Amino acid sequence: MELYRLSISEAKELLDKRKITVKELLNSLYQRIESIDSKVKAFVTLSKDKAYEMADASQKQINEGRSLTIQGIPVAIKDNMCTKGIRTTCSSKILENFIPPYESTVTSRLNENGYVLIGKTNLDEFAMGSSTENSGFFTTRNPWDIERIPGGSSGGSAAAVAADECIAALGSDTGGSIRQPASLCGVVGLKPTYGRVSRYGLVAFASSLDQIGPITKDVKDSAILLNIISGNDPFDSTSAPVAVPDFTKVLGNEIKGLKIGIPKEYFIKGMDSEIEESVKTAIKKLESLGAIPVDISLPHTEYAVATYYVLATSEASSNLARYDGVKYGFRAEGKDLMEIYMNTRAQGFGAEVKRRIMLGTYALSSGYYDAYYKKAQQARTLIKTDFEKAFNSVDMIVTPTSPTAAFKSGEKTEDPLQMYLSDIFTISVNLAGIPAISIPCGFTSNNLPIGLQIIGKRFDEESILKAAYAYEQSTDWHKRKPNL
Amino acid sequence: MRYEAVIGLEVHAQMLTDSKIFCGCSTRFGSEPNTQTCPVCIGMPGVLPVLNKKALEFAIKTGLATNCRISTYSRFARKNYFYPDLPKGYQISQFELPICEHGYVEIIVDAEIRRIGITRIHMEEDAGKNIHEGAGNYSFVDLNRAGIPLMEIVSEPDIRTPKEAAEYMKKLRAILRYLGVCDGNMEQGSLRCDANVSIRPVGQKEYGTRAEVKNINSFKFVEKALEYEIKRQIKVIEEGRKVIQETRLWDSNKGITESMRGKEEAHDYRYFPEPDLVPITVEQKWINEIKASLPELPDAKSKRFASEYGLPEYDADLLTSEKSLAEWFEAAVKAGGQPKAVANWIMGELTKLLNEENKSIEECQLKPKQLTEMLKLMDNGTISGKIAKTVFEEMYKTCKDAETIVKEKGLVQISDESAIEKAVDEVISKNPKEVERFKAGDEKLLGFFVGQIMKLTKGKANPQIVDEMLKKKLA
Repeated sequence: MELYRLSISEAKELLDKRKITVKELLNSLYQRIESIDSKVKAFVTLSKDKAYEMADASQKQINEGRSLTIQGIPVAIKDNMCTKGIRTTCSSKILENFIPPYESTVTSRLNENGYVLIGKTNLDEFAMGSSTENSGFFTTRNPWDIERIPGGSSGGSAAAVAADECIAALGSDTGGSIRQPASLCGVVGLKPTYGRVSRYGLVAFASSLDQIGPITKDVKDSAILLNIISGNDPFDSTSAPVAVPDFTKVLGNEIKGLKIGIPKEYFIKGMDSEIEESVKTAIKKLESLGAIPVDISLPHTEYAVATYYVLATSEASSNLARYDGVKYGFRAEGKDLMEIYMNTRAQGFGAEVKRRIMLGTYALSSGYYDAYYKKAQQARTLIKTDFEKAFNSVDMIVTPTSPTAAFKSGEKTEDPLQMYLSDIFTISVNLAGIPAISIPCGFTSNNLPIGLQIIGKRFDEESILKAAYAYEQSTDWHKRKPNL
Repeated sequence: MRYEAVIGLEVHAQMLTDSKIFCGCSTRFGSEPNTQTCPVCIGMPGVLPVLNKKALEFAIKTGLATNCRISTYSRFARKNYFYPDLPKGYQISQFELPICEHGYVEIIVDAEIRRIGITRIHMEEDAGKNIHEGAGNYSFVDLNRAGIPLMEIVSEPDIRTPKEAAEYMKKLRAILRYLGVCDGNMEQGSLRCDANVSIRPVGQKEYGTRAEVKNINSFKFVEKALEYEIKRQIKVIEEGRKVIQETRLWDSNKGITESMRGKEEAHDYRYFPEPDLVPITVEQKWINEIKASLPELPDAKSKRFASEYGLPEYDADLLTSEKSLAEWFEAAVKAGGQPKAVANWIMGELTKLLNEENKSIEECQLKPKQLTEMLKLMDNGTISGKIAKTVFEEMYKTCKDAETIVKEKGLVQISDESAIEKAVDEVISKNPKEVERFKAGDEKLLGFFVGQIMKLTKGKANPQIVDEMLKKKLA
């Protein structure tokens, strides 16, 4: 049996029944990584010592009959979530040797539920990008075609899940960074409602948009991980004091009578015909399961990308000010303080990060604030209101996750604007703070995965998980594996 | 031409909370560098601030005590600038929606009440400290202070003279100390003051160009720094030049202000709402509770002291300038002391003795009741006023009761007429020339005789009896 292929629920059963050991599972994954990660390049750091230590502890728990929710399950963590004692780089030279003295809330919670940290995955530097090509170290490859990018910024986590280099992973999503790579790699990616999951320990890119979520092999695993990482955290005042249901409970429930909104702004002339066809077929499938498609409009969609790139870069310009070479991380020398600052940041940050810091600094500058930041906040409100209005008449909204399937490495690096448009279908969801999931819904003629995005109401992850599960159970897309 | 100054003060007050404003670290002063820090106040990647509710309560208290409107919806903002003592590269402060607005305090200058408007009070975090000594070509950074809660209290440009500014600072300090929200120590930096100063010809309505004076780090420099700056600006204008908008530093050694940076070098702080903290919503019910819990404030107490104890305004103001001083006074009065006498002793001897040792009233070992008991000994004639000073000093030093001191040192007043007569007779017989001169009309010599008698009786003779008897015998 190829243990590395297992999902969380499958592995959990075998572990609890003592048919396999945690060590066997971990060995299998590390062997898998050894044989293919030189091609995929999903990991920045493998935490082997720590992993085997955690595996031993997990096995002990299992042997004593005290197995926890994900006892012994090896999970990969995007390298922008702090793990105590394990290097956390954000795929940036400026944090290349940063070892956090504290643990993020999400990994603490995984820990409390028995996980095994297999390693830290690659991303676009500070989560800024849609392809991992902005990583300060290397580009991760799409397991379906290693000439292509896996999407981003959580490209390492998505590729690791798709290539069976881990059982599941966590990613973070600021403008589509979980959903777009999940879509491009043919796996399940969920961005929870803003405030559902604590951001404490997630290295901030854009504080008002960032949210951590699971990247998994199937919908059930997504619900399992969401159960663990959700909930109010006293260390994050933006985490909402909202009750957390058991998200696995709704899986398998009927979707009959559910109204699914189809926004016309997401199906436009000239869009990739294979994507359009797959998504429309998926909608038909949902309809055949009893859902009722409703045509809707989200009129301010066209402003989403511009709004996002003003707000996200503004926040980023401030969030990244702390990397100044004074306290931790990379420091370049200089003849005085100003030179140390300039050299440190010039040498420590990559081109895209610098571009966004400059954009954001500009947008917040006195004299420009009203025209950019403030205007963008107003546009954000309009986009949010679009969704609120739509949800008066529908239960969820269905769209493509990404306008294209995985593109070739280097194809868009020369044109940032073209790259920014990769997130055109995912960005509005972050601006509105609502949850959305991407699930596999087909393949292109090149055998590249296509993703279906299901968007839900605030704090209603249950509905989108339920619909995603119903769709997944009636299709086989999620069972396909890349040839590596 | 005659000029008047227009002054507005920005006062930073460190709040007396046990922990920092956005993390659980201690706020204790004087610990080893960087021992009171954690990932949050060091600004590690990924950490988040969480508001200390006590800091919010203290800011609301201060707002209520200075007649401000308390915002039920307020929020934090980021003030962005690079400096090594600012670990995140931004200071979490408040900008557009501060917690308190539109208040005032009243001060008395030259027997006139002046109302100084308070534009706003907002909360923010303090920065750390750069240390340049002993670091060679580098500097050290101590982040113990980073994250200590501050209030910035911004006045309207209602202040017209350096004296008013000093009175305003005194009043503000008294209020903060009454509330227990700040210790008001300017020398240690827990109370800091920046001043916006401009001048204009008397009668002109428009404001002149202002300069901001920073680093006024002691109470006694408030007036001095402002006096200097006003004179400087007048000179600039009278020489036909223009005052430029700039930030100036007060140098207490040289006694002057010096240009630090001009308008063109001014920072663009790129304020924007802090996305890591949810907006602060305060319930009216909580505001009411805080209001109900406020102590009696200096102005109210002063008025009450004047009416209830019949004290002159000057005494009432002075005694209520410090809460603990006022409490000391009231305790002595409650123990039976005559208010004016108690006030005199506190403002005179006690203050003198405390000042000699550079002590505050809180550090005073002497109990109010002990003063009252000494006053009783004066009233019943056991000791004279002159002896009382000796007794009080002894009491202050040893904390023994007045009665014990009087007994131990044999300081009981001699009121026995025959004993006094003996002394009077002796002095008269020993000084025939002086007696002659006195009788010839040199009445000033009475003091001489009294002095001689006191010397003879070691100061214990009842001065009234001595006086009467002398006058009778020399008549």
